[in-house]
Amino acid sequence: MIKKEPSMDAQKDLLAGYFARLSRAKDEGRPVVYTFVPGNLVELMAAFDVAPVYPEVNALQSAMRQRSGGFIREAERGGHSEDVCSYVKCDLGMLAKGNVGPTGDTIPPPDLLLLSFTGCFTFMKWFELLREQYDCEVAMLHVPYVGDGVVTDAMRAYVVEQLQREVIPKLEKVTGKRLDLDKLRAQLARSRQAEEDLAWVFKSARQRPSPIDAYFGGVYYIGPIFTSFRGSEDACRYYAMLRGEVEERLAAGLGPITPEGSLGDEKFRLVVEGPPNWTSFRDFWKIFYDEGAVCVASTYTQVGGTYERGFRHDPANPLESLADYCLSCYTNLPLPQRSRVLADMVKEYDADGFVIHSVKSCNSFSAGQLHMLREVEKLTGVPGGFIESDLVDARYYGQANIKNRIESYLQMLHARRTGAPPPAAPRPERIHLEVVS
Amino acid sequence: MTTTQPSIDELVADLEARFEDVTLGHVRAWKDGDRHRLAIGCLPVFAPREVIWAAGALPVFVRGAGDRIETIRGDAYYQSYICHLPRSTLELGLLGHLDVLDGMVFPNTCDVIRNLSGMWQTSFPQHLVRFIDPPQTAEPASAAAYLHHELTALFRDLCARNGVEPDLARLHFAIADVAAANAAMRALAVARQREPWNLPVDEVYLLKRAADSMPPRDWAELARRYLDAAAARGRKPEDRIRVCLVGSFCEQPPRALLRAAEKAGCYIVDDDLTLGVEPNGPDPLLGDDGDPMAAVVAAWLRTTRPSAVRYDEHGTAGRILADRVAAVGADGVVFAAPSFCDPALLDQPRLTRVLDQRNIPYTSFKYAENTGQFQAIREQAGTFADSVKLWGTA
Repeated sequence: MIKKEPSMDAQKDLLAGYFARLSRAKDEGRPVVYTFVPGNLVELMAAFDVAPVYPEVNALQSAMRQRSGGFIREAERGGHSEDVCSYVKCDLGMLAKGNVGPTGDTIPPPDLLLLSFTGCFTFMKWFELLREQYDCEVAMLHVPYVGDGVVTDAMRAYVVEQLQREVIPKLEKVTGKRLDLDKLRAQLARSRQAEEDLAWVFKSARQRPSPIDAYFGGVYYIGPIFTSFRGSEDACRYYAMLRGEVEERLAAGLGPITPEGSLGDEKFRLVVEGPPNWTSFRDFWKIFYDEGAVCVASTYTQVGGTYERGFRHDPANPLESLADYCLSCYTNLPLPQRSRVLADMVKEYDADGFVIHSVKSCNSFSAGQLHMLREVEKLTGVPGGFIESDLVDARYYGQANIKNRIESYLQMLHARRTGAPPPAAPRPERIHLEVVS
Repeated sequence: MTTTQPSIDELVADLEARFEDVTLGHVRAWKDGDRHRLAIGCLPVFAPREVIWAAGALPVFVRGAGDRIETIRGDAYYQSYICHLPRSTLELGLLGHLDVLDGMVFPNTCDVIRNLSGMWQTSFPQHLVRFIDPPQTAEPASAAAYLHHELTALFRDLCARNGVEPDLARLHFAIADVAAANAAMRALAVARQREPWNLPVDEVYLLKRAADSMPPRDWAELARRYLDAAAARGRKPEDRIRVCLVGSFCEQPPRALLRAAEKAGCYIVDDDLTLGVEPNGPDPLLGDDGDPMAAVVAAWLRTTRPSAVRYDEHGTAGRILADRVAAVGADGVVFAAPSFCDPALLDQPRLTRVLDQRNIPYTSFKYAENTGQFQAIREQAGTFADSVKLWGTA
């Protein structure tokens, strides 16, 4: 059951349209390009009118439909270790079983594998495995890790040169078209417009009560802009609509929408670090809203662009802007900077606490998070909570354990704030529910 | 006056003492020899040894602590599903055992080492910490320019820290020094492949680990003395199979594990244990422009030895492994990867598919650097060796 707003229907339509168009891409003569979410070059791809595929989106969508377990087991039967990234195994398992995507449509094979290697070393290994499966063009974009926290001119020039010498020529080859720079600029201008609206939406959580949940709701908000729709008219319309809805909620003093309706009483304001669990997403979310906990900011919603922190694509400098985008994605930042981002958000959003959700599959996020916990506590004086599960492997999700930890953490926050035992948890106000099959 | 050459037992005892000294006393002794000497820690796998050495700094590979210390505080920084190397490396730092180092260079080996670089920045602010992201791109001109910039910046930073002029003439000498060590490493590899019964894996491993923290020419001389002494042993070959060990390039297996595999019937004639101090291809060669930094960069870009942390641009890693098995006269491959090592473990299915096609037998197991139980591995290695000897397959 979910309370629907028009933007939710709009996003559902966008996603359905994307998979439908993707399934027709070969028939319509549109080359298919596999790439990854962080640091993706969707505006450039759109300038060539190719159809992008994001394997990690397929994985998370499969997990939300409870299909990832079978895919993971298939990959493990093929020799992959239980130790390694479950996104990779979910994708390879799906491929082994016919590459039928989460909506039931077959994902067409790629004409180009475009490895935008940003913020995750495992992406490179994943692509080596995918390349083995397909006889197609491969383009590698190495985006240097910003180890010292500063994007240097040399890094930017390196990425731009690779775009000019490697990525664009490969796109030209598979499409038979020359790059239309004006078209790219137009895409980037629309990206900027949508980014403005999305950043506004996330910043609305600075108000009390927050009209949004910037983590559980936030993952829906980032869907279009992190994937195929950034730079499109559809994205501009979607984010304008979303902003309008949030403005209304803000004016009405409403809390965020949860699967059980509007949250009526904001008891705790939290900042969250790390991706969510996708196999039990609703149950995971429920642990928080049952306790009146609202996630007012998150880092996961910055893996595909740090819009909330000011990044905007710049149509005046298209390739440099794409390079800056790739370089500045959250997981491409060093841990001290990531800790400062978290600490700043705790202060800017007037949060009571912060929770780190550590996932087994993602070393890019997880390795060092216990260090970040200490650093953010030092920087803010606010105690942090720590929970663990996985992205798309249900074997590593323990509802009771996580619920117990979150409840204990919130009780501690309450006691710290008031010196008194916590009140009974608020229940969401139930309004206009409809069944979603 | 004649000097007495140390016996091989004395040499090995010295290597063992050096290995067991987690406080890096020999590095401290070297630094004490001159006020313009630094020691720079290098995490696996890539380290620009020539550049570091040219700045008057000793490259010191930090490959975790293995089972030589008990990791307590380091464990508090990592979840159970993260490999062990960063835990023990942090433990070494927190215990003050790495105080002799003036800085640390972190290469982009994986996300764990990448993130450790940030932890190091805040935990050990006295260290000069640099992150090197060697190009993975197939586009050579951009890659060369970028790596040249990064290494030049590193060279200048190290020289400034050491109080010496960043004169590129220093790099000429450093390239020659490292080439001498590379030549000795190649000679060691050839000798081991030729007579593994005279060069037991544990000794070779200790010798190679000594290269992690010795001036290159000193190590080359040490290797020469060891090879002379080992050749004079005159041991007889035993009925063992010959294997390549693959996947242990970062977190190291305990020495006892290597000994167990060998005693179970496997001569390890090739391994990737000490990538970073082994030549990955041709040594840097000065070009027409006479720029030694460009030579170092070109050598990196010409790397011919694949590894799990280098983009397999042409999808040939499996074929190259199979060719290597043939070249060193191995009967099979032992995949030994640390638990939770994404690069090594994600490579295995790709590599084994090629081995299957070539009918090259293999077996695989996982370990942690502080693994204490070897019975299962000994039995697995023994069974593997027996089946290869009996049927030529695993």
